[in-house]
Amino acid sequence: MSVHFKKKSAKTKQNIPTASLPDIIFMLLIFFMVTTVLRETELLVRTTLPQAEAVEKIEQKRLVSYIYIGPQKAEGGGYGDDAVQIDDAIVDDLTRIREIMYRKILEEPRMIISLRVDKDVETGLLYDVQQELREAETLRINYSTTREMADA
Amino acid sequence: MPLLKRRTSRESEIPTASMADIAFLLLIFFLVTTTIDADSGIYMQLPPPITDDNPPPEIPDRNLLMVLVNSNGDVLVEGEFMQITNIRDEVKRHVLNQGQDPSYADSPDEAIVSFKTERGTDYGTYIEVLDEIKAAYIEIRNDYARQVAGVDYNTYKGRLAEGEADVVADTYPIKISLAEPDPGGQPAS
Repeated sequence: MSVHFKKKSAKTKQNIPTASLPDIIFMLLIFFMVTTVLRETELLVRTTLPQAEAVEKIEQKRLVSYIYIGPQKAEGGGYGDDAVQIDDAIVDDLTRIREIMYRKILEEPRMIISLRVDKDVETGLLYDVQQELREAETLRINYSTTREMADA
Repeated sequence: MPLLKRRTSRESEIPTASMADIAFLLLIFFLVTTTIDADSGIYMQLPPPITDDNPPPEIPDRNLLMVLVNSNGDVLVEGEFMQITNIRDEVKRHVLNQGQDPSYADSPDEAIVSFKTERGTDYGTYIEVLDEIKAAYIEIRNDYARQVAGVDYNTYKGRLAEGEADVVADTYPIKISLAEPDPGGQPAS
């Protein structure tokens, strides 16, 4: 029996055809290039997100614009006062949010603002930011949270 | 003439053996930089800005469930102290009242939950309470979707065809009003 097997395998070619390998890789490459969203901006504030149970997922990531609110990271460790960050800069004057957001929503009317807020931030600051968002007519918002485990 | 001769004698081909390697390199770059995980959170719709020609609507008191949170994290629902874990049942009672109890809403369509906190309340508590209110609505919708279609709401929503009316969402619209904040003693710095 064993002799028979040996004979058979010796006769046939055992090469895997690799000619189509680049094509397959290119397909994967194009898939990832299309779906990828490059990494978020560097955070200048701390955002430890609160947990929630009744969360929804945002499917269209390209529509999302982030606002970060939290204690500002000080140089050499430690945290300063609460601050608001949009894109890659701290916004000192809150009334400027209106202008920034208005410009953004002109580009993408279906935009969703995702608020990534630290859980120790006082809601007064959050209200101020929300008032600005209302003025800019960017009304679709999302309180970013992490999912709470059922038994936690 | 000597030029032409030389050209014909050589074969001109681009070597494609390294093509796969180059593609692999790019692939690995995009694999590393990509972030698959979708952002999740509590979706809300802010009210439009209040102007002179767009005053806030008048709402009968019975249709409004007032949820107040002070800076110590104490919760008041309709003026009565309440544990955070009990908010869910209270919201469900309010929305599903169907006009029976005069202190709760007329119909699910008109029921509104008004959510208000002091400026000093921390965001963790804010989300905790909002989560309970939202969870109450999700439970209501799931129950109704099971009655209508025999599946929970997300499955039902996924099965809907383009342009088809979402009966569950139309019957139980989520109406949470984020009211203007209270100054709460001292204004936040």
